[in-house]
Amino acid sequence: MQPESPRGGSPSLPSRLAGPAVSLALLAIILAIASFFAGDYLQRILIIIGINTILVVSLNLSNGFTGVFSLGHVGFMAIGAYTAAVLTLPVSLKVVNLPSLPHWLQQLALPFLPATLIAGLLAMLVAFLVGLSLMRLKGAYISVATLGFLVIVQVILVNWDQVTRGARTFAGVPPHSTLWNVWIWAVVAVYIVWRLGASAFGRDMRAARDNEVAALSLGISVLRSRLLAFCLSAFLTGVAGSLWAHFITSFSPKSFYFTQAFNIITMLVIGGLGSVSGSVIGVFFITVLSELLRNAERGFDLGVFRLPPIYGASQILMAVLFVLVIVFRPAGLLGGREIDVRAILRRLGAPRRGKGAA
Amino acid sequence: MSALELLLQQLINAVSIGSLYALMAIGLAMVFGILRLINFAHGDLIMVGSYVALLLQVLGLPFPVAAVAGVAASTLAGLAMERVAYRPLRGAHEIAMLLTSFSVTIFLENLAIILFRPTSRPFPAPAVLRSVITMGQLRVAGLDLIAIAVTAVLLAALTLFVRRTNIGIAMRAASQDLLAARLMGINVNRVIATAFAIGSFLAGVVGLLWSARVGKVDPLMGFNPVLKAFVASVIGGLGSLPGAVLGAYVLGGLEILLQGLLPSGLTPYRDALVFAILIALLLLRPNGILGSTEKEKI
Repeated sequence: MQPESPRGGSPSLPSRLAGPAVSLALLAIILAIASFFAGDYLQRILIIIGINTILVVSLNLSNGFTGVFSLGHVGFMAIGAYTAAVLTLPVSLKVVNLPSLPHWLQQLALPFLPATLIAGLLAMLVAFLVGLSLMRLKGAYISVATLGFLVIVQVILVNWDQVTRGARTFAGVPPHSTLWNVWIWAVVAVYIVWRLGASAFGRDMRAARDNEVAALSLGISVLRSRLLAFCLSAFLTGVAGSLWAHFITSFSPKSFYFTQAFNIITMLVIGGLGSVSGSVIGVFFITVLSELLRNAERGFDLGVFRLPPIYGASQILMAVLFVLVIVFRPAGLLGGREIDVRAILRRLGAPRRGKGAA
Repeated sequence: MSALELLLQQLINAVSIGSLYALMAIGLAMVFGILRLINFAHGDLIMVGSYVALLLQVLGLPFPVAAVAGVAASTLAGLAMERVAYRPLRGAHEIAMLLTSFSVTIFLENLAIILFRPTSRPFPAPAVLRSVITMGQLRVAGLDLIAIAVTAVLLAALTLFVRRTNIGIAMRAASQDLLAARLMGINVNRVIATAFAIGSFLAGVVGLLWSARVGKVDPLMGFNPVLKAFVASVIGGLGSLPGAVLGAYVLGGLEILLQGLLPSGLTPYRDALVFAILIALLLLRPNGILGSTEKEKI
C-alpha cells in the first residue's frame, strides 16, 4: 500500500509551480502598473518595501529558522552599503571626497551589479569570520554578542575616515536602484529563503532551533547549519545595503544603528518569525504604517485646530504596537505558518465548481 | 609627574568610572538573575532621573532637592516599566523580553526627544562636584572621590539588604529558582518589583553622577552606559551581583588601560576593542569570571 502524504499525494509539477507563478505574475503586474502610472512618491515607497523585504526575509533566515536571534544584521547592511558605494562612486567625486583612498580603489568605478555582488560577498565573509565564534553561543548571549558586533561596526565606520568619511555624510552615490532591479533582488531573496526553508537544510535549522540536544543526537551539525544560515543571510543583507545606498544616495554611520535595527526586527516579529510570507506581510504593513505616521507627525490642519508636528511620535506608536504584538500575539501575525497560495486558488476556484454541480 | 603618581591618578580614574558601571551593572544583574530579562531600557532610567533633576534646578530648586527628586523619578519610572511592559510577559521567551525592553527604550527616548528636544542641554552641578583637589602633581576631581564614596556606601547597604532582610533573602531565593521560591510562599511579584526599584534607584544615582561628570544631558544619554554595564555584567557572569561589581571594575580598569596604552591613532577604536573582548569572553567563559562552569542540564 502506498503511504499517503498528509497533503493528499505529491502534486504534479505544474500544480506545484502554480503558487509561485501566480504570485510572480501578480507582482509583475503591480510593478508594471506602478512604473507607468504611479507617482514618484508611491514608487519610492514600493522601492523601500522591496529593500525591506530583502532585509526582513534574510533576517528571518537567521533569526526565524535557526533561532539565532541576531541584533547585528544592520552591521552587514552597513558593510554592504559602504562597500558598494565606495565601488560605484564616480572617480571625480572620489578624488574630492575620499582623497586618502588607496590609488587603485580611487580610480575604480564599478557598475551596479558587480559592486552589489562584491558588497554581499564581503558582508558574507565578515559574517563567516564573526559567525565562527558567535554561532557557538546560545540564546540571549548571541543577541548580546551580535549587538556588540553592531557597536564594533559603528565605531569602525565613524573612525575609518579615509574610506567612510567618518561620521560625515557619504554623499553622491549614483541613484542606480530602480523599482525593477530592487524587486528582482527581492524575488531572488524570497525564493532563496523559501526554498532553503523547505529543504533538508531548512529542517536541520529548525530542528536545531527547537531542540539543540536532540538535533545534535540525530547527527545534525548545529554549528554548520547556523553558520550557513548566518552567512547567506548576511549576503542578502549586504545586497540590500547596496540597494539602499544607491536608493538613498547619501547616508552616514548613524543610518545603520539601533533605530534601523529595531525597525527591521519590528517588521520581522510582527510578521511572524519563521514564516517567509509573514515577513513580506510584516514589511508591507509596517512600511506603509510608518510612512503614514511619518506624514502625520509633520502635523496637519484640522480646519479650526492645527496639530503641531511631533517628531518621534511615530517611533513611539511603533514601540507600543510592538509590545502589544509580543504580549497578545507572540508568534506574530502569521504565527510561523505560510500563506498557501495554492490553497487560496483552490478556494477561489471552489465556488465556481460548486455552482456547476448544482 | 612621577610614575607612581601617574599610576595613582589612573587608578582613581579607573575606580571612579568602574563605580558608575558597578551601580548600573547591579541593576541589570538583579533583574536578569530573577527574570532572565536583559533590560536594555535600564539605561534610560539614567536619562529620566537626570532630566527631572535638571528640570527642577531650572525651576529654581536647590541641587539636593532636585537630586533626590531625580533619583525618586528614576525609581518610579523603573517600577512603572516593570508593571506596564514586563509583568504581562512573565514566563515569556527571553528573546521576547529582550525585544520588549528595546521597545521600552525606543518609547522613552522618543518621548524625551519630544518633550525636551533632541539636542543636549548643560547640566548644572554644585561647586563641590566640580572641585578639583591638587596634591603635588596629582589632580583629583572631587566628583571622582564622591562617586567612589557613594558607591562604597551603596554597595555596603545593598550587601546588608540582600543578606539580612527578609525581602533580600527572598530575592536571592527567587534568583536561584523562581518556581521553588514561589512554592515556598514568596510573593514573586513583590520581589521582582523590589529588584526593579533598587536597580532603578541606583540608576538614578548614576544619572546624577554621570550628568555632573559630562556636564550635559541628552535624550540618548543612557545608551552607552547601559552597553557598558552589559559588558560589565557579562564579564562578571550575568545575574551574579558580586560578579557584576567585579566586572564593572575590571571594565573600568581595562578602559583606562586601553586609553593609556593604545597608540593615539587607535584610541577612537577603544570601544570596539572593549566589545571584541566581550565577545571573546562570552566564548571562553560564557558564565563570566565568577559564574559556574556547570553545563546546562538536559
